[in-house]
Amino acid sequence: MTAHAYLQLTLFMGLLLLCVKPLGEYLAHTMEGQPVGWNRFGQPIEQAIYRLGGISAETEMNWKQYARAVILFNLLGVLMMYVLQRLQGWLPLNPQGFGAVSPDSAFNTAVSFVTNTNWQSYAGESTMSYLTQMLGLTVQNFLSAATGLAVAIALIRGFARHNAQTIGNFWVDLTRSILYLFLPLTLLLAVVLMSQGVIQNFATYQPVTTVQPISYPQVKLDSAGQPMRDGHGQPVQETVTTPTQMLAMGPVASQEAIKMLGTNGGGFFNANSAHPFENPTPLSNFLQMLAIFLIPAALCYTFGYLVGDTRQGWTLLTVMAIVFIVMAMITMAAEQGGNPLFTSLGIDQTADPSQAGGNMEGKETRFGIVSSALFATITTAASCGAVNAMHDSFTPLGGLVPLWLIQLGEVIFGGVGAGLYGILIFAILAVFIAGLMIGRTPEYLGKKIEAFEMKMVAIIILITPLLVLVGTAITLMMATGKAGIFNPGQHGFTEVLYAWSSAANNNGSAFAGLSANTPFYNILLAIAMWFGRFWIIVPVLAIAGALAGKKRLATTAGSMPTHGLLFVVLLLSCIIIVGALTYVPALALGPVVEHLIMTGK
Amino acid sequence: MKTLLRPAVTLFLLFSGLTGIIYPLLVTGIGNLMFPQQVAGSLLKVGDKWVGSSLIGQPFTDPKYFWGRPSATAPYPYNALASGGSNLGPLNPMLQEVITARIKVLREVDPDNSRPIPIDLVTASASGLDPHISPAAAEYQVSRIARWRKLAPATVQNLVQQFIEPPQWRVFGESRVNVLRLNLALDQM
Repeated sequence: MTAHAYLQLTLFMGLLLLCVKPLGEYLAHTMEGQPVGWNRFGQPIEQAIYRLGGISAETEMNWKQYARAVILFNLLGVLMMYVLQRLQGWLPLNPQGFGAVSPDSAFNTAVSFVTNTNWQSYAGESTMSYLTQMLGLTVQNFLSAATGLAVAIALIRGFARHNAQTIGNFWVDLTRSILYLFLPLTLLLAVVLMSQGVIQNFATYQPVTTVQPISYPQVKLDSAGQPMRDGHGQPVQETVTTPTQMLAMGPVASQEAIKMLGTNGGGFFNANSAHPFENPTPLSNFLQMLAIFLIPAALCYTFGYLVGDTRQGWTLLTVMAIVFIVMAMITMAAEQGGNPLFTSLGIDQTADPSQAGGNMEGKETRFGIVSSALFATITTAASCGAVNAMHDSFTPLGGLVPLWLIQLGEVIFGGVGAGLYGILIFAILAVFIAGLMIGRTPEYLGKKIEAFEMKMVAIIILITPLLVLVGTAITLMMATGKAGIFNPGQHGFTEVLYAWSSAANNNGSAFAGLSANTPFYNILLAIAMWFGRFWIIVPVLAIAGALAGKKRLATTAGSMPTHGLLFVVLLLSCIIIVGALTYVPALALGPVVEHLIMTGK
Repeated sequence: MKTLLRPAVTLFLLFSGLTGIIYPLLVTGIGNLMFPQQVAGSLLKVGDKWVGSSLIGQPFTDPKYFWGRPSATAPYPYNALASGGSNLGPLNPMLQEVITARIKVLREVDPDNSRPIPIDLVTASASGLDPHISPAAAEYQVSRIARWRKLAPATVQNLVQQFIEPPQWRVFGESRVNVLRLNLALDQM
């Protein structure tokens, strides 16, 4: 790792940690309905929204009602997203005249954006109208993040309350997070991104006259539109020359801001945050990275604050930070180390002030190795899935880290809300295991962890490995599945494993060589995304409901502390052991073998 | 379920309007007021003609110009309607094939230059639209440009120096050279 790498990592973590307490406290007050700061100005709007919706803000829901509201609201989102994509050809704000998105791709995209996955089987600039990008994709970026946050807050209430029947009101949680958290933050970030060069317009695609005309070979077509063939049956090539480059346009900045802050990750353009119009400068890149971790990190503090012991939140954050920093260092070192192939071809890949060096295939010059590898680690640790470099072209170890971070269940910071409820599930597992070891009834924050909670925890921990491993196996047994693979050998296997891991854990990044825009992948991965999201959310809410109804026992000399070094080690071990036991065999077949082949030459 | 339907539909419609229409329009308004040039794509004009965007690279194959990063977009490089990378894995034989071909082309137009080629000059960028190359990649091409344009190498070297952008605020990102801007300046010499 270079000095530049250490500097970036330190700067990033430093700034992130500075934001944790103020934002975490703000979030706690906001979600509990205590007006702070500019929230007061939003009160009339908030009340008007409740009146229109016939919502009584004081009436709370039990966990079943809460879960029903979450599912209904998100089903509605899938339906509207699907309809919008299918009808976009007849709707306004479509200067390029894009027709309807194919049914399977539209279904995949609808589920993808509603589940906060933002897996993209389409290419934005050649598929989606501006209206679909705004009214479909941008809206779901907000709503899916708000859903995740609401569920996390409901679970926090489960810990904080005692002998209570209810865990909050989903409509109120949704409304407050959008009005007071997401909208102000995205507006701020969008303005800063525009200052750096992120575009925001409704213009038709802009033609420019290139300095040197573009010539390229193309297969010549006959009058029937079929390729012309020469005497040997080979297609006839002709050289086409064009003086024009067409620049894709659109309202990008507004979508970009929530794409990062909501840990969504769905790019306006195909190249996502590698595209200069989405992420034009190193500063915009740094802010995008910070935006991904901002809310998930702050939520740890919110948790501690609301359960009345901030040490609990810091403990979770410490675990997240340790895993993240180690992983980031491995990725940066692997990518900086580069590919032995390049050296054997006589290419200079050593880092010095005049070049980033390392494995630059699939990376942008302005980001180099450090900002690309760091971004890749952040986007997969959190369930964001935006990319500023192509993970498919990473070195085997550089690609293994993002893949494994996804497979850990998106609990290292994780998605907005999803990261916190994910790591709290592991915390319950950790106290359960510790309880077994010392022969006492496990307790977390004074709540007895009993059979019902542990059943739910088991359901949550088992669902994603089931989807990922069975899904990968099925895909590899079917010709339609294997047809999508782009790179040969172990790398092709990793492409499929990555796709299922990304979908089931709601990440959304890809080893993008995989041709996933086929009915086979679109439908199966959509199913994985849906169950990977709601098969977890419903049991989480069940745990919240069960915990809320329990007494909160007083801490005694006999209770195990769930803060401090011992618990950090315990929780860390739980996450790593579950993640490793589940996925090491599959990882060994993919990136591990590939690494051995690459370095063995 | 019926008691849930009204709030669900109402909130969905309200938030769609708020986050899907009002918010993007508000951002557009602010952008047009504060950063009119950036939000339109940072376009560059020569005379009365739009010649490109300072953020989007263009393909250069003429030895008289500095070349940018290889681009994997289809059907032609730097197609700004189809951004993306090559997605070639590190061990894919295709990767070796395309890189070897790029090295060959670079060596052919500049046979006297025996320095090792900087990595970014032979590897495809992530977006396929990368507007920059590293200072090393620019300096590697100086002798070729000087010969083809019949300029003193020092003159070209000076121009490159002027166009090196250091890391932003000295800490973020990498040093880089904007290829399109550099070539436009070269044409004006």
